[in-house]
Amino acid sequence: MALLEVKDLKVHFQTDDGLVKAVDGISYSVDVGQALGIVGESGSGKSVSSQTVMGLTRAGNAHISGEILFEGKDLLKASDDELRRIRGNDIAMIFQDPLSSLHPFYKVGEQIAEAVRIHNPDGTRAQARDRAVEMLGLVGIPEPRNRADAYPHEFSGGMRQRAMIAMALSNNPKLLIADEPTTALDVTVQAQILDLIERLQSEFDAAVVIITHDLGVVAEIADEIAVMYAGRIVEHAKTDAVFHAPEHPYTWGLLGSIPRMDAPRDEELVPIPGRPPSLINLPSGCSFHPRCPYVRDAHKKVDPSLEPVAGDPTHRSACLLDSSVRKRIWSDLQAGRRPEEARALELDGGTPEMVAKHAQEPPKAAG
Amino acid sequence: MLAYIIRRLLWSVVLLLVVSLVIFLIFFILPTADPAELRAGRNPDPELVAAIEAQLGLNRPFYVQYFFFIRDIVTEFNFGRSYQNNVDVREEIFSRIPATASLALGAAFVWLVIGLLIGILSAVKRGTILDRLAMGAALVGISAPVYWLGLVSIYLFSNDIGRFPIFEPPGTYVAITEDPTQWLKSLLLPWLVLATAFAAVYARFMRSNLLEVMGEDYIRTGRAKGLKERAVVFRHGVRAAITPIVTIFGLDLGILLGGAILTESVFNIPGIGRTAFDAISKGDIPIVQGTVIIGATAIILLNLIVDIVYAFIDPRVRY
Repeated sequence: MALLEVKDLKVHFQTDDGLVKAVDGISYSVDVGQALGIVGESGSGKSVSSQTVMGLTRAGNAHISGEILFEGKDLLKASDDELRRIRGNDIAMIFQDPLSSLHPFYKVGEQIAEAVRIHNPDGTRAQARDRAVEMLGLVGIPEPRNRADAYPHEFSGGMRQRAMIAMALSNNPKLLIADEPTTALDVTVQAQILDLIERLQSEFDAAVVIITHDLGVVAEIADEIAVMYAGRIVEHAKTDAVFHAPEHPYTWGLLGSIPRMDAPRDEELVPIPGRPPSLINLPSGCSFHPRCPYVRDAHKKVDPSLEPVAGDPTHRSACLLDSSVRKRIWSDLQAGRRPEEARALELDGGTPEMVAKHAQEPPKAAG
Repeated sequence: MLAYIIRRLLWSVVLLLVVSLVIFLIFFILPTADPAELRAGRNPDPELVAAIEAQLGLNRPFYVQYFFFIRDIVTEFNFGRSYQNNVDVREEIFSRIPATASLALGAAFVWLVIGLLIGILSAVKRGTILDRLAMGAALVGISAPVYWLGLVSIYLFSNDIGRFPIFEPPGTYVAITEDPTQWLKSLLLPWLVLATAFAAVYARFMRSNLLEVMGEDYIRTGRAKGLKERAVVFRHGVRAAITPIVTIFGLDLGILLGGAILTESVFNIPGIGRTAFDAISKGDIPIVQGTVIIGATAIILLNLIVDIVYAFIDPRVRY
C-alpha cells in the first residue's frame, strides 16, 4: 500500500469571477522513502493540490472531491480535529518563503518547540526545547543552543529555511511536503537546502513530495516527476525518463527553457510562448493547445487523458500526438532543431531541405 | 536603548517649549478679556487696572512675559495664578488629575476589552450575521458624538431623570480615596459612554488588522504544525495584529489624560477637561496654559512609552 495515494482529486474554488478549477482531477501516489517531484508553472495547481493534502484549503468556497488516502485513511473525510493531529506530526510541510513563514515575534527555537509540544502534550517545555535545539543542530545551524533564542529576522534566508525544515521534521513525519522550498533562496543556498532535504529524507526515512517550477530542483532528489499544467498532470514518469525521454510538448518546453551544463555554450534557451491559461475559462480540448508548437486542429476539440506510453508502463502522458511522432519530435529537438523546425519536419510533411529554408527565416512567435 | 530614551526625553523638552510658545502666542495675540480688568472688579478706575497690569507683568513686552513664564515653570514648577480667583494653577490642575485619570483609565479598560473582543470575533466570523451586526453597531458608535451619547444615556439610564434608572446621575463623582464604591458607581456611565466611540474604532481596527494577519504565511505555518484554530488565532494572529493597536492606544490615552473635555462636562466630573473648559469660557489664561502644557506632556510621555513598549512587543524594532 502506498503511503499517500491521491485519486482523482479536484479542488474548485467558487469566486466572484467564476469557478476556478485549480486542481482538476489528479492522481498520484508516493511510497515510503520515495520522493515525488511535482513540477509546473505558477497557477498550475501544484501548490493547491499539496495544501489540500494537509487540509489547508478547507474553506467555505472550496469544493473538494476525490480521495486522499494516507496510510489507507481518506483525509478528505477526516474531521478537522483528526486532520489537525496528522498535520505537523505524520505529514509536515515547508513553504516557499521562510521569512514570511516564520512568525516574526517568536524565537526560532520557541516556534520549533511549539510544533513538538502540540503533538507531545505530555512532554515538558524543557524537553521540547531540547528537541528544538537538537533539530536545529541536525539541519546544520551552528551553535544551535544559542541560535534557538534568535528571532527569524536575525537568520539568513538559508538558515530560516533550515529552521523551517527542522520544525517540519521535529515530530518525525512520515511525509514531508516541500512547496517551492528553494525558490526564495540564493542559488548557492538552494543546493545546500536540497542536499539537506535529501540527506534528512534518508535519515528520517520519510517520503517527500517536492513542488517546484524548476525541473533542475527535482532532478537529483525525486524518484518520479509529475508535470502539472492547468490543474492536471500532463506527464508522469520516473525522473530519468522525464529528462531523457519526455513525452509531452509541455515537458519539452520546460526542458528547453532551462540552461544545461552539457549543452554547447551558444545554444539558445527556448521559452514556452504564451502564458498559463485562466483556470476559470480553460481552453477547449487539450488545455495546452494555445501554447503548443505541435497543435493540430483535432487537438482543440478532444481532451486528452493521461495514458501509459508505449513500452514503459510507469510513464504516462496526456498528449494527443501519436507516441511515435512524439519520440521523433523529441529526437529532433535533441538534435538541436527548433520547435517550429521539428513541427515542419514531423507533422507538416516537410523535407529536411524545406526545414533548412524555414530555419533561415526569422522565427515566428508561436501560440 | 537608554541613549534613545534620553534623546527622546530631550526632544520632548524642546517640543514642550514649542507648545508653550505657541500657546502663549495665541493668547497674547488673540483678543481676550483684559486679565487686569478681570482682576479689578466691577467698574474699576483705570489706575487700578494699570497697577494690576504692572503687578502681573502684562505691560512688559511679549518675550519678557514668556521668559518669566518659562522661568517660573522651570525653576519653581510654578504655572502662575488664576486671573479669576487667584488660586495656584499647579494646585488647581493637579487636584483635578485623579478625576481625569479615573475616567480615562476606566474607559480605556472598557474599550480595550470590548473593542478587541468584538474585533477578534468579527474577524474570525467574517461575513456572518454576527460580523455584520458588530460592524454596523461599530459604525453607529463611531458616528455618535460623545456629548450627544452622554446626554441620551443620562436621559435614559440616570437614576434621577432616567427612564431606566440604573446608573448614578451626573455630578455624583467622589474621589476613590473618599468612597471607592461611590467612585465606581458614579463613573460607570461615563466610562461606558466615553468607551463607546473608542471601542467602535478599536473593533474595526482590530478586525481589519487580524484579517490581514490571518492571510500571512506564518498563520499557514501555524496550521500546518497542527495547532488548534484557537491557538492559531490568539497566539499567532492576535499577537501580531495587536501591535499597531498599542500605538494608537498610547496616543488616545495620552489625549484623554490631558482632559476628556466633553465627557467631563456632560457628566460634571471635576477633571482637567472641565477645568480647561471653564477657564476658556472665562478667559482665565494661566489655567488654560497650564492645562494645555499638562495635556501636551501627557501625550508626549505616552508616545514615548509606546515607542519603548514597542521595542519589547516587536523584536524587530531596535533603537
